[in-house]
Amino acid sequence: MQTSWVPFVPPSASTLSGKVDALYFYLSGVTIFFTLLISGILIFFVIKYRRRNPYEIPRPVAGSLKLETLWSVIPFIIAMTMFAWGAQIFFEQSRPPSNAVEVYVIGKQWMWKIQHSTGQREINELHVPVGRKIKLVMGTEDVIHDFFIPAFRIKADVVPGRYTTLWFEATKAGRYHLFCAEYCGMNHSGMIGSIVAMEPKDFDDWLSGSSSQQSPAVAGQQIYETLGCVSCHGPKGEGGRGPALAGLFGKQVFLTNGQSVKADEGYIRESILNPQAKLVAGFGNIMPTFQGQVSEDQLIQILAFIKSPQMQGPEPSTAASPVPAAFVAPTAAATPAPRR
Amino acid sequence: METFVPPVPSRINYINAQYGLKSWLLTKDHKRIALLYLGSISFFFFIGGLYAMAIRLELLTPQADLLQSTTYNKVFTQHGIIMVFFFLIPSIPATLGNFLVPMMIGAKDLAFPRINLLSWYIYMLGGIVTIYALLAGGVDTGWTFYTPFSTTFSNSYVVATGLGIFINGFSSILTGLNFIVTIHTMRAPGMTWFRLPLFIWAHYATSLIMILGTPVIAITILLLAFERLAHIGIFDPAVGGDPVLFQHLFWFYSHPAVYIMVLPGMGIISELIANFSRKNIFGYSFVAFSSLAIAVFGFLVWGHHLFVASQSVYAGMIFSFLSFAVAIPSAIKVFNWTATLYKGSISYDTPMLYALGFIGLFTIGGMTGLFLAALAVDVHLSDTYFVVAHFHYIMVGGTLLAYLGGLHFWWPKITGRMYPEGWGRFSALVVFIGFNLTFLPQFVLGYMGMPRRYHVYPAEFQVLHVLSTAGASILGVGLLIPLIYLMWSMRYGKVASGNPWHLPGLEWRTQSPPPTENFDYTPVVTWEAYEFAPPEEMEVVGKFRDEVAEKV
Repeated sequence: MQTSWVPFVPPSASTLSGKVDALYFYLSGVTIFFTLLISGILIFFVIKYRRRNPYEIPRPVAGSLKLETLWSVIPFIIAMTMFAWGAQIFFEQSRPPSNAVEVYVIGKQWMWKIQHSTGQREINELHVPVGRKIKLVMGTEDVIHDFFIPAFRIKADVVPGRYTTLWFEATKAGRYHLFCAEYCGMNHSGMIGSIVAMEPKDFDDWLSGSSSQQSPAVAGQQIYETLGCVSCHGPKGEGGRGPALAGLFGKQVFLTNGQSVKADEGYIRESILNPQAKLVAGFGNIMPTFQGQVSEDQLIQILAFIKSPQMQGPEPSTAASPVPAAFVAPTAAATPAPRR
Repeated sequence: METFVPPVPSRINYINAQYGLKSWLLTKDHKRIALLYLGSISFFFFIGGLYAMAIRLELLTPQADLLQSTTYNKVFTQHGIIMVFFFLIPSIPATLGNFLVPMMIGAKDLAFPRINLLSWYIYMLGGIVTIYALLAGGVDTGWTFYTPFSTTFSNSYVVATGLGIFINGFSSILTGLNFIVTIHTMRAPGMTWFRLPLFIWAHYATSLIMILGTPVIAITILLLAFERLAHIGIFDPAVGGDPVLFQHLFWFYSHPAVYIMVLPGMGIISELIANFSRKNIFGYSFVAFSSLAIAVFGFLVWGHHLFVASQSVYAGMIFSFLSFAVAIPSAIKVFNWTATLYKGSISYDTPMLYALGFIGLFTIGGMTGLFLAALAVDVHLSDTYFVVAHFHYIMVGGTLLAYLGGLHFWWPKITGRMYPEGWGRFSALVVFIGFNLTFLPQFVLGYMGMPRRYHVYPAEFQVLHVLSTAGASILGVGLLIPLIYLMWSMRYGKVASGNPWHLPGLEWRTQSPPPTENFDYTPVVTWEAYEFAPPEEMEVVGKFRDEVAEKV
């Protein structure tokens, strides 16, 4: 639904904008209706029943259970329609589609650092192709910020210690405002930029035109080697003293305390910074913490590496079974490891 | 039938009963304490208003030309802190509530007069500590103090300001305690619960929130201070803490706090509507119970401030549902007030103008709250000027208008003098126009995407900001005029009788200003709430005229 001709509304540039605008117009309509209704009745009564005699005492009017019920139930029903509509759009929007292209965003005082999976880095600008689903995986280096794109009707806080996500599909090429929408200190008003939506062909030109840099997955692999992760997790992520990482992402992991968790972005990040928090069943508490040794950028890159196709593994990793993957013979690459 | 003899103002009342600074600073009289609060609250409102002018002047242009960003950040933070904690929360309960609660129920004073005085000293101490923090360098975290900015990154006087607010909270708790005990135990003979003025019901509900909610913000501030000073890791994820936990703790109080701010105002509006249409409030018990419902439900909705803060989707849905539910009791009140006017006898005195303004503006404020309760729309509107406009409609269009209406209504009772009616109506109109011009454009700004707490902004937003600032200037003028004529009237205003409006409430059945013990004798209540009668029958409480004349 194109609403760019309607004043007082930002450009409608995503698949979500029209849906949010429709609900907004409904809310506005109901608000204007009741405001005019109440004000109108007020003005009418105040004029019609103005005091004509200084000593007049009006006859007391008994209450009315019927009226009370009517004007409790009808507003409640209207409120419930608003709730249901808002919740439905929200719920739909809360699940990023599985085929979305991932882009990493790190907020810091006072800029947005964007990293495409293909390697392009941007500061305060995000180029996206129109018509493709984009999922933002977002973190922050310092305080809470908020990634706000009015034209797409979306925003989400970036919170220290975790990753948050947003997804959208742009529908119209153009340059749209990007704002930080959570107060973050001195230059909060300056933490702004643009979302540049481009037709797919133009976007491909931009991709190849901009200076090609290392993709975050490649950078992540290098960190994986320099920081010594290979010594416990194996050069191909096959595991050893530590759990296997190949094929880990997205799977259920069994922990020493009997619980199981999903190995998502947050789990990976936490395991690097605070390994004791969730120990994988069958492994000892020997992983050192890398708190203070890796930046948020580097964490994103390691994450990208672990999620990369080369790390998907030919079979479910042994992290899913309680049995340690240790002592797998080198020829195991050809023969599946025995299952217990 | 006795002839109607206008009462002679007695020479002894609570103001002239004793002279001297000590008699005021060590008073136990709830009416004097109310005046002490009136003075200090007006002072803080003025300071908060100066900050508001600075904000609106800076926002006239898209660039930063009046204030540096660090200064602007302190200005909006301090505007919020002063207005919320030192004006809005105490204003009506501590001034009009303190003055009127004993009188309306026929009591001589509150249950704990010394605790009442203590609450004022605590308020002043909290205020002094906060002013010290402002003068020493100020605080720039936003009135919401979100972590980790406030614990780890801000270089401003967070702990000092927090201490001021912490101390101030006890003033709130003690006031609430006093009201609850007083209303339960000190009602005059015949004053049953359902004969109570709705002002009392509203203050009862407010007091419940005050005593149950304020301790939470007190502890939250302590945790914030410990984190900032000792870095013990409650909110810092690097040491195992959770920054969003702060938001839950903060809003668990601060959402009910907005009901502390608005419920007393609704109590005033019930009084004004009933009294200036000379009819009982339509649906009295529905209005009374809706105050209690708001107090209870108000504790269940805090998560609507965290829809985009990484709160779970399912929690979001529950809080959204409850936030819609909490709007219903307020809607019931608006409909009942409107119905009260039907076949009433309505006069256009200043207090009534403020009450009518309240109903219109509170309707807009309340319904724009529904936009924010709707999840998908709130994602877009969160942290934009839409939110700013919404809460100012309730707090200024609602609470402030109710406060002004109440102040004018009870001014003759409090001071023994009438305010000048012409000036009263004029400034009510100026306030109404100025207010709408200030905040209506902000709804549009918000949906267009203008974020909060920005002091530079894209040029396309300027026209709306200019309109808003123009409105703010008009609003400022509209608020200065009553300051002047109310003070003028204390000396030169027309002397008021005990019951200048000819109303049935107990507070009007004694002289203006009242004697220190409020009534010459304990009233015995034999009439329902807002039961109007000819003026001469409402002049004297339970005694024949000549018996009273004898006593006086």
